Amino acid sequence: MIGAMTGKRVRVAAAVVALAATAALGALAANAAGESVHIDRQKWTFGGMFGHYDDAQLQRGFKVFVDVCAKCHSIKRLYFRNLAQSGGPSFPEAAVKSLAATYEVDAAPNDEGKVLKRPAILTDAFPGPFKNEQEARFVQNGALPPDLSLITRARGIDAGTPFYVLPYVMARDIVSGYQEAGSDYVYAYITGYKPPPAGMKLADFMNYNVAFPGHQTAMANPFVAGDGLVKYDDGTPPTVDNYARDVVAFLSWLGDPTLEERKRMGLLVIGYLLLTALLLGLAKRRVWSSVH
Amino acid sequence: MATHHESTYRPKTRIEKWLDDRLPLPRMMHGQFVDFPTPRNINYLWTTGGLLTFFLVAQIATGIVLAMHFIPSAGDAFNSVEHIRRDVNYGWLLRNMHAVGASMFFIAVYIHIARGLYYGSYKAPREVLWIIGVVILLLMMATAFMGYSLPWGQMSFWAVTVITNLFSSVDAIIPGLGTRIVQWLWGGYSVSGTTLTRFYALHYLMPFVIVGAVALHIWALHVVGQNNPTGLEIKTASDSVPMSPYAVMKDIFALSMFIILFAWFVFYVPDYLGHPDNYIEANPLSTPPHIVPEWYFLPYYAILRAIPDKLLGVVAMFASILILLFAPWLDTSRVRSAKYRPIYKWFFFLFLITVVALGYLGSKPPEGAYVFWARVFTAYYFLHFLVVMPIVGVIESPTPLPRSITESVLGKSGSSVRVGAPAAPERR
Amino acid sequence: MQREAGLAAHSAEEPNRRDFIVIAAQAFAGVGAAMALWPFISQMNPDASTQAAASIDVDLSPVKVGQAITVSWRGKPVFIRHRTPEEIKAALATPIAELPDKSARNDDLPERAPATDANRTKKGHENWLIMVGICTHLGCIPKGQTMSDAKGDFGGWFCPCHGSHYDTAGRIRKGPAPRNLEVPPYSFASDTKIKIG
Repeated sequence: MIGAMTGKRVRVAAAVVALAATAALGALAANAAGESVHIDRQKWTFGGMFGHYDDAQLQRGFKVFVDVCAKCHSIKRLYFRNLAQSGGPSFPEAAVKSLAATYEVDAAPNDEGKVLKRPAILTDAFPGPFKNEQEARFVQNGALPPDLSLITRARGIDAGTPFYVLPYVMARDIVSGYQEAGSDYVYAYITGYKPPPAGMKLADFMNYNVAFPGHQTAMANPFVAGDGLVKYDDGTPPTVDNYARDVVAFLSWLGDPTLEERKRMGLLVIGYLLLTALLLGLAKRRVWSSVH
Repeated sequence: MATHHESTYRPKTRIEKWLDDRLPLPRMMHGQFVDFPTPRNINYLWTTGGLLTFFLVAQIATGIVLAMHFIPSAGDAFNSVEHIRRDVNYGWLLRNMHAVGASMFFIAVYIHIARGLYYGSYKAPREVLWIIGVVILLLMMATAFMGYSLPWGQMSFWAVTVITNLFSSVDAIIPGLGTRIVQWLWGGYSVSGTTLTRFYALHYLMPFVIVGAVALHIWALHVVGQNNPTGLEIKTASDSVPMSPYAVMKDIFALSMFIILFAWFVFYVPDYLGHPDNYIEANPLSTPPHIVPEWYFLPYYAILRAIPDKLLGVVAMFASILILLFAPWLDTSRVRSAKYRPIYKWFFFLFLITVVALGYLGSKPPEGAYVFWARVFTAYYFLHFLVVMPIVGVIESPTPLPRSITESVLGKSGSSVRVGAPAAPERR
Repeated sequence: MQREAGLAAHSAEEPNRRDFIVIAAQAFAGVGAAMALWPFISQMNPDASTQAAASIDVDLSPVKVGQAITVSWRGKPVFIRHRTPEEIKAALATPIAELPDKSARNDDLPERAPATDANRTKKGHENWLIMVGICTHLGCIPKGQTMSDAKGDFGGWFCPCHGSHYDTAGRIRKGPAPRNLEVPPYSFASDTKIKIG
């Protein structure tokens, strides 16, 4: 019946069909063959609606960073005071002050105009290993170890999802609040050092990595020394896997230090909005009841 | 036809009378937003106008407070955004609201335009209203483009480089002119801090130009009255309800639902609609592997790359937006609303699929099968306006229209749906 | 007929906007909108990096007796003078009645505290004088920190802009300045380390 085929019904039918199709196809594996590398999703304490950082993990992660990564990588957006603030590693302020004093930063020019060194204080940024990019490249055979302050926000995963599955994957990720693709990638990368496949020729100074696009990366395996490389004093097993998880958690915090406040506020705001929307919906129906 | 609705405002106090004699703003507000007759059958697609007004105000408000902390220089821009994210009180929240707000603004505007296309809201006498709308869309796109450059991340820098470089295609028409235009835009021989600073000045300015255009848009709307799903005009009092409280309550309810979506992104997935590469500081010496614009530009990007010729690609990209201007004259249908156009409505859905497909293809590298399909959908995009609209309007037999808006609401059974009286006596 | 009657009956009945649900909804929406305003106001308050620099630690060990240093605190110059016994004696000997400004102007003390030398310094550390080096007249930085500087008629500081003289406890004695130099909030972490602010 033409009458039954109103525009609204046609639209609804089309939408239902589309949804059903994508839902059915959503059961297919998200990973298609091709050039995209498969990166596993990890379980992080800071994922999802109720995510939060584990202070102890962030503290261990900071230790891993200082012992392993700080030789080549800077974290210039970390200020010593951030290590003591809530929502982060929450070290005691006095401990951070003493830690800061073990680092040297440039002082203001003295009366002779010379720039000497002075111990760092809370308001200073964490000093990097190299004076500038040129020195870094010189030491690293031309490669530049990137600053890691935002590394977990600056990386993503291209899962090569086919277009018919994409709406389902997108909806699922949005609804579950998935923001950890960068963290998943960095974890996969630093644990992704394997012997190259037979017959593959590596370029000079390059290392084989399963997660890195193109599989050849200038960085060497940071955990080549294996378990026990970094001493943990809270009883956590000192395994490479834990080092990787802890340092990625630390870097995730460094890239997104307001996460806890954000998710906490989000819960309150969305709860309030749901209630308000409900009331407004009822009010709207009440107002329109005389017209319908 | 609802034209030049007179306000039934009666000043009650001495002060109100005093003001009414000197600047009848309350009278105008009352006439245009309180007792203004709105069709009683408009559905939730008609709440997008209210959503858009809210987001324009929200973007301006968050933008101004962000401007108190942002530093528009190449050396400091990225750092100032990080300072906002980390140190400024609620800076992370304001920044998320502004970035996500831009996406919400475009979601609303695309639904708003789709609604207009489906229900024939661009047809006479609403042509000028429609044209102003397209102008607003262009201003929004320019504002968003310049705004995205400001964080000075890799995507900011390279998107600006790519899009401004497009103007060099004018060299194919007048040699040297294109390059001169590009250098004029850049303020130099490549994208630099000079470009950033001038984009900041313009990005701050444009939203206020948009406010002016929106005022004209609402004015034009109120002269001709709103369209509605039947496409019929308001003829009798029972066809309409006063805007306040009916349409206002509906708008506010729809806004609260949309704000839930907005809040979800702001608080839980704020970076989802962005690109990770924009968390890397701009490096003029290193191009990212895939340069992609923000999602709301992807369909135009796909059209741009679908055409193998540089100049024609640029022309096609702009044409894809400018062609909207001609919709009132390209569409030959005697019937406004696609609700009563059984053939055209399928083409409309094909058009929606085309736009979504082009958006997907715009996010993919221009290789292999993606190129082929981008060309197919680009072809349909233009065919829809240039061929489908004129021809289908002529050959199609529309389904019977209801006799009035009231009748479309009452339904066939003639049930005792009560006719709502306007809150105040109507003066036509 | 029936419908017309219904119409007539209904035009008399308007939607009751005083309905509870409508009021409740408007109240929730209004309160929500008001709460949403707070971040816009709060963002103008001093941010975390500014608040972190709100206090500074100063090592006093390099400052010998008779020497003075100037440090920057919250964007303002702070005079730190290691006073000689003569300077302390001169400050103690001054009767309060002679002072144009009798208030201590010490941020760690209440408003009415008298401008005794004890109220301008910390107990047990009277040899240290720490004050904000901004003249209370119109904001110039008084001279007196270095050996060669003019110290004014009272051996303390002299402001070259309009001729205000401050004594060895930083109190105004002569000239247009209305108030003694401000003593900021500070405390001794040890004999040689102070925290200002």
